[in-house]
Amino acid sequence: MKISKEDVLNTAELARLEFDDETLSKFARQLGDILVHIDELAELDTKDVEPTSHVLELSIPFRKDEVNQLITAEDALRNAPGKENDFFTVPKVIEDQS
Amino acid sequence: MSIPRTIKEAAALIEKREASPVELTELFLERISSEDGKINSYITVWEESALEAARKAEKEISEGNYLGPLHGVPIALKDIFVTKDSRTTCGSKMLRDFVAPYNSTVAEKLIAGGSVVLGKNNMDEFAMGSSNETSYFGPVRNPWDTDRVPGGSSGGSAAATTANLCVASVGTDTGGSIRQPASLCGVVGMKPTYGRVSRYGMIAFASSLDQAGPLAKIVEDAAIILSSIAGHDPMDSTSVNLPAADYAGALSADIKGLRVGIPKEYFVSGMDPEVEKSVREAIAELETLGAEIVEISLPHSRYAVSTYYIIAPSEASSNLARYDGVRYTYRCEDAETLRDLFFRSRSEGFGDEVKRRIMLGTYALSTGYYDAYYLKAQQVRTLIIRDFDSAWEKVDVIASATSPETAFRIGEKTDDPLKMYLSDILTIPCNIAGLPGISIPCGFSSEKLPIGLQIMGKPFDEQTVLNVAYAYEQSTKWYEEEMPPLG
Repeated sequence: MKISKEDVLNTAELARLEFDDETLSKFARQLGDILVHIDELAELDTKDVEPTSHVLELSIPFRKDEVNQLITAEDALRNAPGKENDFFTVPKVIEDQS
Repeated sequence: MSIPRTIKEAAALIEKREASPVELTELFLERISSEDGKINSYITVWEESALEAARKAEKEISEGNYLGPLHGVPIALKDIFVTKDSRTTCGSKMLRDFVAPYNSTVAEKLIAGGSVVLGKNNMDEFAMGSSNETSYFGPVRNPWDTDRVPGGSSGGSAAATTANLCVASVGTDTGGSIRQPASLCGVVGMKPTYGRVSRYGMIAFASSLDQAGPLAKIVEDAAIILSSIAGHDPMDSTSVNLPAADYAGALSADIKGLRVGIPKEYFVSGMDPEVEKSVREAIAELETLGAEIVEISLPHSRYAVSTYYIIAPSEASSNLARYDGVRYTYRCEDAETLRDLFFRSRSEGFGDEVKRRIMLGTYALSTGYYDAYYLKAQQVRTLIIRDFDSAWEKVDVIASATSPETAFRIGEKTDDPLKMYLSDILTIPCNIAGLPGISIPCGFSSEKLPIGLQIMGKPFDEQTVLNVAYAYEQSTKWYEEEMPPLG
């Protein structure tokens, strides 16, 4: 299926990505080519075929609920691009009331 | 002293006290320093910690505490396995300064086995690519012809192993990322069964497909590494609770009576005639060795690329949501709002191929397209698996080419993502079905570029896959072919 620049723009919003106009056009063309190829899947009759999300037969493994220090706060913050005390910092989220 | 080419050779030198781990490590570090500029196979070289590990190994061995065939042997790791106290970039600007607070299980096990890690190999960004051209740290070059790609995404691991810049490396394979570069560089590369090796600390691309495995010059080395990294890990609930086997110890070149399936659909149209010729000769060789050749059909494998390019990007779009510029990644400058911080950090931190896949996955999972794309792909995944299930009733392993072509030129496919995606047409089915697969050298083109033979096996039957590869390797010895000096 071909996709429009508008579809690409909407998807970018969901993916938290932004593109300039030239890249937007390029992506619309490239993603369109890929999706046209993928449309071959529609040839197959998959009625009543169970979907596979995972190849292993998984069961949920249980373990004892014990406190286990794997990573300290200091380690967790070591790569933070912005931090203050024991917290990650980000730009202000709540707008000023005025 | 000439540089050992294999784990076996290096271990023999150490065992006979003809070379110490420190001498070997120095030899490899010198070679990396003089030669790697030509192929760019490392992102980070661990000069100091490698020597420190070598000294530790030397001391342990001299005290009579020999840990086994990897003890004191210089190897490398794809830069997707997080390692404590050294950066792990995953080939991305997003993680260019990231230092993990813990070791991946793969790294931990190799270190516990006494191996000396020389550094972290270059790779396609977040393992997304088939040519190693998407790395933020620049493309890797194929040691056989430096104008050509080494394949990807474990291109640095394959190139470094080929060029004797390590004796072996560990990579990851989501759609062929170990086997395809092994094929294009003329080395051995194995993707184990999904669940065989722990994914803890292996930066996630597509979690239902990702699996770690060895790249080495010979099958026996690949078996040694697999034994070292395999096994259950409580930190990865998808790692399977089966005892780790001594794959190298159990290697056997006797394949008499073994049934080798040849899927007729895998001689795809557009396949390089030289590749087809070499692979057909390899199959004839397996027959000479006593295997029974059986033609089989895997009719849905032709849909594997389409299936993969829905499933893998969908999982990736979710996995890569964590790179938000807040906790441990690249952060854009002067963000005024949180929204601005997310959008610009991600847009500046990811390269184009990663963005393309995040977009594709986000689109496939979005309202209105989920059933047509994601659900449909999961159903076709079932059909592809069923084909393999029926094949296993008739055969013990399946053989094909690894890649339909030899190494292509740098830049040849970068403008056409779809063409690039189709390079993995023969390796993707293994990941979709979770099967073990290996690529081993099976000849050279007229331009002296390596060709690879792929052998796939039943789930958790790595041993038979390795045995067939070993039998073929021992009778052909393509690994003895000398690489030209790096240009």
